[in-house]
Amino acid sequence: MSLELRAITKRFGSVVANDTISLSVGSGEIHGLLGENGAGKSTLVKILSGFITRDQGEIELDGTKLHLLSPNEAVANGIGILHQEPLVFLPFSVVDNFLIGSPKEYGYAEAYEALSTISEQFGFDLNPDVSASNLSIGERQQLEIARLLWLGARVLILDEPTTAISSTQREKLFATIRDLADDGMSVIFVSHKLEEVQELCDRVTILREGKISASVDLPSPVEYLVSKMFGTGVLPKTRIARVNGSSLLELANASAFEQPGQIIDVNLSVSRGQIIGLAGLEGAGQRTLLRAMAGFVPFAEGSFRLQSAEISELDYLDRLGLGFYYLPADRQREGLVNGLSITEHVALSVTDQSKVINWNIARSEAAKRIEKFSIKGTVESTPESLSGGNQQRLLLALMPETPLLLLMEHPTRGLDIESAAWVWSYLLTLSESGTSIIFSSSDLEELTTYSDQIAVCFSGRIIDQFDVSEATVEELGLLIGGVHQR
Amino acid sequence: MNSLQQTKYFAGAITISLVVSIFFLWLLEAPLVDTAKLLVEGAFGTNQRIGDTFMIWVPLLLASASLVVTFSAGLWNIGVEGQIVAGAVAASFVAREVQGSTTVILTLMVIGGFVGGALWGLLVGVLRVRGGVNEIFGGIGLNFVATGLIVYLVIGPWSRDGVASTGGTEPFGPQAWFPTIDGLRVSPLALIIAFVSLASVMFLLSKTHFGLRLRATGKNPLAANRFGIATSRYLLMAFIIGGGVAGLAGVTQAGAVYHRLVPSISGGYGFLAILIVLLARFRGLWVIPIALFFATIAMASFQWQLRLGLHSALGGVIQGVLVLSVVLVMGYQEVRQQREQSNSRDDAAL
Repeated sequence: MSLELRAITKRFGSVVANDTISLSVGSGEIHGLLGENGAGKSTLVKILSGFITRDQGEIELDGTKLHLLSPNEAVANGIGILHQEPLVFLPFSVVDNFLIGSPKEYGYAEAYEALSTISEQFGFDLNPDVSASNLSIGERQQLEIARLLWLGARVLILDEPTTAISSTQREKLFATIRDLADDGMSVIFVSHKLEEVQELCDRVTILREGKISASVDLPSPVEYLVSKMFGTGVLPKTRIARVNGSSLLELANASAFEQPGQIIDVNLSVSRGQIIGLAGLEGAGQRTLLRAMAGFVPFAEGSFRLQSAEISELDYLDRLGLGFYYLPADRQREGLVNGLSITEHVALSVTDQSKVINWNIARSEAAKRIEKFSIKGTVESTPESLSGGNQQRLLLALMPETPLLLLMEHPTRGLDIESAAWVWSYLLTLSESGTSIIFSSSDLEELTTYSDQIAVCFSGRIIDQFDVSEATVEELGLLIGGVHQR
Repeated sequence: MNSLQQTKYFAGAITISLVVSIFFLWLLEAPLVDTAKLLVEGAFGTNQRIGDTFMIWVPLLLASASLVVTFSAGLWNIGVEGQIVAGAVAASFVAREVQGSTTVILTLMVIGGFVGGALWGLLVGVLRVRGGVNEIFGGIGLNFVATGLIVYLVIGPWSRDGVASTGGTEPFGPQAWFPTIDGLRVSPLALIIAFVSLASVMFLLSKTHFGLRLRATGKNPLAANRFGIATSRYLLMAFIIGGGVAGLAGVTQAGAVYHRLVPSISGGYGFLAILIVLLARFRGLWVIPIALFFATIAMASFQWQLRLGLHSALGGVIQGVLVLSVVLVMGYQEVRQQREQSNSRDDAAL
């Protein structure tokens, strides 16, 4: 059993999500697929599972070319996917779930027997008659694995399987994966967690910005893997940390929880005009921290002070009034209103609120901002017709001129180089005129180039915070991976 | 998508519905020419018929204006029927209880009807915003309640002396009748109310900050919130305004058509208006001719039945075919447009 991918390419508009990806997984091999969010892992998994079709490239299983035009075809060809959230129908019993999707005319008798055989083989403790809603996430994964095996999976792809399970369950899962590999199964383990890939996999392919940046046997030095995950290149000049006297904002012992994501016992101090970069693997708490400061997620504990006033109780709209501003990573879903023109967005963003809109003024204001922010579009353009770079420019154009605090998720994710450079030159001007900026990024270069200070998030905590001059990109990579203390 | 292409799609949809309608007529062995002639004659053949067509046009315009507001806020206000009833009940209350000149009574009926409809709409809104009850279910539920309420009033507290029938209340006093022109059943005042309401709604949505924020909330509540819009408040306002305008349809039905409260006061015009607004693609200006066409078909249905022996449901069938064709074709156009856009956009969220 061996899986062979040759030059898989998938484009979404101008973005190449998978750029000539080739990899091969032999029988009994556990192959890691490592990369930050947006690197192209999910696209590749979706291609293999038949949810989306590739533009180019070949997939071969045991020498047979596969077309994989639908999830059904993938299953029929022996490709089994264990999704991040196990696809289990909660109100149904375990055995019903086991039977669902079975293309063969099997009945309950066969299902009971097969389930017990597979459970015995791998030491699963699955009672066929209980409701699936009584199972833990780990047990749901076991159920799903058992089902995939019964359906005849010859290749097993696990997509971030450890996100929602405890460490005991994880050990159990890893043991199962090793057993499967010993039986000759080809396994692809998709993750952004370095240490797990190191622990489990025989070989790893690292994706970065849609391309393969490395493919090596494991174990391999962590520094090397991190540098391939994040990319470093020539280190540009770092900024001199700017701390203008007393702090403007003070976050003390703050905890907040959302689904998914959390921050625990976070301390952060921000002074006027300061730029703080939040580093960390996806889901380490940066997003929750930004959303909690913006007012979308309530603080469960701790204090949040502006100068000396406690503001942790204020909601987003109140904080907007204080001069806070939040720019999301998902610009289309959370930032802009599809179907409304740029003029309408400008009218929506103005604070002076006469009752009746003067559309002529709004139009000329929109034209001015299109010019100033070099947006490729007209006053009548709607966001869905703009490229990612232009959407980000539009969002910046709609912001009050100098907010007190700008909270920004992935300022340049998905942007072309020119737009990215433009966005940062604008953000730096903002910071010089007194706006404090806190941003998250998975680009080490971006973090070290533009931050005054870097806060490293890991498992919801800020594990380190330092002036940007005090750390190298390599060290930052290790901190992010949680494998190194400074 | 430019307007030329859109017009092409629309023309295509109209053609489809014509072909399907003609097919139905052929099935029924109806004489095509006579049917078409009666469509015009039935609605506009005499002054009286023109008046009657306009009389049906009024509640259709008002209910459509109401729905334009709620649709703009992204809401499916199926409860519009109940809001019409609530407006009619409130207007009837004024007509029965208030003494005074025609001007005073009619003014109070209009205000009362607006408030009645608005409160009924607000109920749906509160259920949605505070209780998480989808406005479709809340609306349907409250439609039943409104029907129950009106039947209770007609056979209970407001019943005619000595008669317990669902035929309706005593007619209002003459001061509570909307003025009409001699020989016509339509009240010019009702027509004016309908057009002023529709114009106000269009102005509100396209020219004011309130309307813009309402539309933003309807298109993307999450992003609207990021712009500092308190979206729940705007949803409630949409229900209040929409309910109020629908209530006005109840006022004209009670004050200008029936001159009393009857159980079938809403006449199903609320549901018909949903079709009109879907056809108009939520744009106020288009509502005017489409609502008139629907009124025309409603009038023609009587003549078709009377003169050609065609079933009275035929008018509804034609209206339904028309809406289905347009919704299908426009939906197809949107899917195509989205596909084109996703091909030209760098959305790699996958």
